[in-house]
Amino acid sequence: MNNLWGDSLSGFWSAWIIVITLGSIGFAFWLLYANRKTDKTPDADGNIETTGHAADGIEEYDNPLPRWWFQLYVGTVIFSLGYLVLYPGLGNFAGVLGWTQEGQWEEEVARAEERFTPIFAQYQEIPIPELARDADAMQVAERIYLNNCAVCHGSNAQGGYGFPNLTNDDWLYGGEPEQILTTLHRGRNGLMPSWRQLGEENIENVTQHVLALSDLEHDGVRAERGAATFASVCAACHMPNGTGNQALGAPNLTNDIWLYQAPGQSVADSVRQTLRNGRNGHMPAQAAYIGEERVHLVAAYVYSLRFRD
Amino acid sequence: MSTALEHPTYNYKVVRQFAIMTVVWGIVGMLLGVILAAQLVWPQLNLDLPWTSFGRLRPLHTNAVIFAFGGSALFATSYYVVQRTCQTRLWSDKLAAFTFWGWQAVILSAVITLPLGYTTAKEYAELEWPINILIAVVWVTYALIFLMTIKQRKTSHIYVANWFFAAFILTVAVLHIVNNAGIPVTAMYSVSVYAGAIDAMVQWWYGHNAVGFFLTAGFLGMMYYFVPKQAERPVYSYRLSIVHFWSLIMVYMWAGPHHLHYTALPNWAQSLGMVMSIILLAPSWGGMINGMMTLSGAWHKLRTDPTLRFLVVALSFYGMSTFEGPMMAVKTVNALSHYTDWTIGHVHAGALGWVAMITIGSMYHLIPRLFGRTEMHSVNLIAVHFWLATIGTVLYIASMWVNGILQGLMWRAINPDGTLMYTFIESVEASGPGYIVRLIGGLCWVVGMLIMAYNVTMTVKRGEGARQPLPQTA
Repeated sequence: MNNLWGDSLSGFWSAWIIVITLGSIGFAFWLLYANRKTDKTPDADGNIETTGHAADGIEEYDNPLPRWWFQLYVGTVIFSLGYLVLYPGLGNFAGVLGWTQEGQWEEEVARAEERFTPIFAQYQEIPIPELARDADAMQVAERIYLNNCAVCHGSNAQGGYGFPNLTNDDWLYGGEPEQILTTLHRGRNGLMPSWRQLGEENIENVTQHVLALSDLEHDGVRAERGAATFASVCAACHMPNGTGNQALGAPNLTNDIWLYQAPGQSVADSVRQTLRNGRNGHMPAQAAYIGEERVHLVAAYVYSLRFRD
Repeated sequence: MSTALEHPTYNYKVVRQFAIMTVVWGIVGMLLGVILAAQLVWPQLNLDLPWTSFGRLRPLHTNAVIFAFGGSALFATSYYVVQRTCQTRLWSDKLAAFTFWGWQAVILSAVITLPLGYTTAKEYAELEWPINILIAVVWVTYALIFLMTIKQRKTSHIYVANWFFAAFILTVAVLHIVNNAGIPVTAMYSVSVYAGAIDAMVQWWYGHNAVGFFLTAGFLGMMYYFVPKQAERPVYSYRLSIVHFWSLIMVYMWAGPHHLHYTALPNWAQSLGMVMSIILLAPSWGGMINGMMTLSGAWHKLRTDPTLRFLVVALSFYGMSTFEGPMMAVKTVNALSHYTDWTIGHVHAGALGWVAMITIGSMYHLIPRLFGRTEMHSVNLIAVHFWLATIGTVLYIASMWVNGILQGLMWRAINPDGTLMYTFIESVEASGPGYIVRLIGGLCWVVGMLIMAYNVTMTVKRGEGARQPLPQTA
């Protein structure tokens, strides 16, 4: 059966499709043609006599098929047969034009690339900090951002639950031109493991310690106890002082910015949830989708956000 | 119900039950539609509750109008027409009563399970497997009653309305059983036996034939009885009915792939779906012509008979939406219209303009006769209902055309640098005014249905008061 759903069918299925398609159209045409004429003559009102039987008092005339309707029907059949000669439809017969939806897409993309790439390519050699101050370039870049990035990071670039804010100076993987380019080119995979094995007691202590790192309201005794666990477990990535590590994408825990704080959720609950279940962040690599030229422009756009209000 | 209403030959009880429920479910289904339309204008009306959210109420709306309202109307009229035109009583009163109560049980299950979030996620086939089994049992019983009644007919010929009803009943049984084939996992969860593109194709083979057989062939059966009856004219052409019946039921079967243009469905299947949809234009119009031309020599009746007006305007909307359908099935048109409100408008041109209007016209003919009267309580109120329904439909369709084309064009508009000119949310914002107009159209419909309910109630009351024995036919 699987072959039936590819564009290359086995001989039997191809023949089967051709036979039932043409057979069905042929049947419809025969039905129409066989009933096109009547040898009866119309009465004074122009109606052909009734069939002679009535159903609950309803009689039926036997008028001929309206000519324009007959022609319309024939017209659609001719159109359809013509279409099946030109386009794929009859099994493996690809159609005279050789058209496929994949081919149409590739053609349209190639045409667009040819037309639009030079517009973006002119910016390719300009260093990002300089490009970020070019108002014209940023207008183009903003559109690329809105088309491709806004779906997660928001049209105001302030992110949301699980999607980093790009307008502040808190960077998971760094905000320098090269780091932004790397993020866009290759994507990022953030992994915070689950620490459920520490037990609820320890998780609560570490939570209070993390709250203390950001100067938030916390239980001092528990925070003190959590410090030891933090030093042995968390500091490897988040650094002993909790300021994070951009090489690993480990967030800074001291600036009261929380990527996974759901709307209405307290920071403490968010941290507990993170410790219990872990987190998995995914930024898809963009170069394959939008091309080098656009990546360069978007990187400059993201860089430019720091100059804006 | 008064025993004085019992017809000596025919089983009118089950027809009366279904006819009344047609009005009841019509109001429920359309009210749900209005709530959904209002949610699209004011999203706060989702109430932040899962049970009242758009995603759960939407399938309830579609199931209520198609299967509860449309289904009850088809049961009522097919049971009435098959008895009158075959001059024989329904094959089994008990089984007929089972189909009534069984069908109402199906609808009640939908009303409970869909807001609770139980769904197969197949459009127009959302109900879970235990309910699907009940539907299959009721439907096969329906088929048995209908066909056995035809078999024991006292007339030599089978009237054209019965061909359409029979085709609709048999095909819907096949569609329902094949598309819902699944493996139960828990009491209210099952997994489709099909996967990927095959699942999509089976679903739209079902989906489009639900339109073609449930919402078209069945209602053409209704049309073939109630239009000539109300116009008191012979059907225009027996010959035309043969040609368009056989072509319609054969060609509809192929049209499903046009719902899957430019998807993972293979190119050949998409093309066949498109050409068969185009061939479908003439067979569809055959039904419209046969209904319209039946009125030749009786056009003057439209001035005084709002019931006939319902039937004729239904045929006009049928003609319009069966032209629009093949057009939207053309790939280049579909590339613009697909996923926009244009599709919603097209569906409602059919559902309100054709299905609901032919049903309401038929009910205004049928209900007085079922309750021992010659006319509805108020003919003027039928006229008011007619105008509300017509204006409501026009507002609905026109606003969705505007919105659909607007959305389609906004989605493909590009800047000189090749980037999209609009984000998705901007196209949603631009659709706001259209959503308000659509809501007004929907409100017209609900008000019309409430007027109908009042008119029907008064007709039934008077009918019971009069206690006139029905004239004996057959």
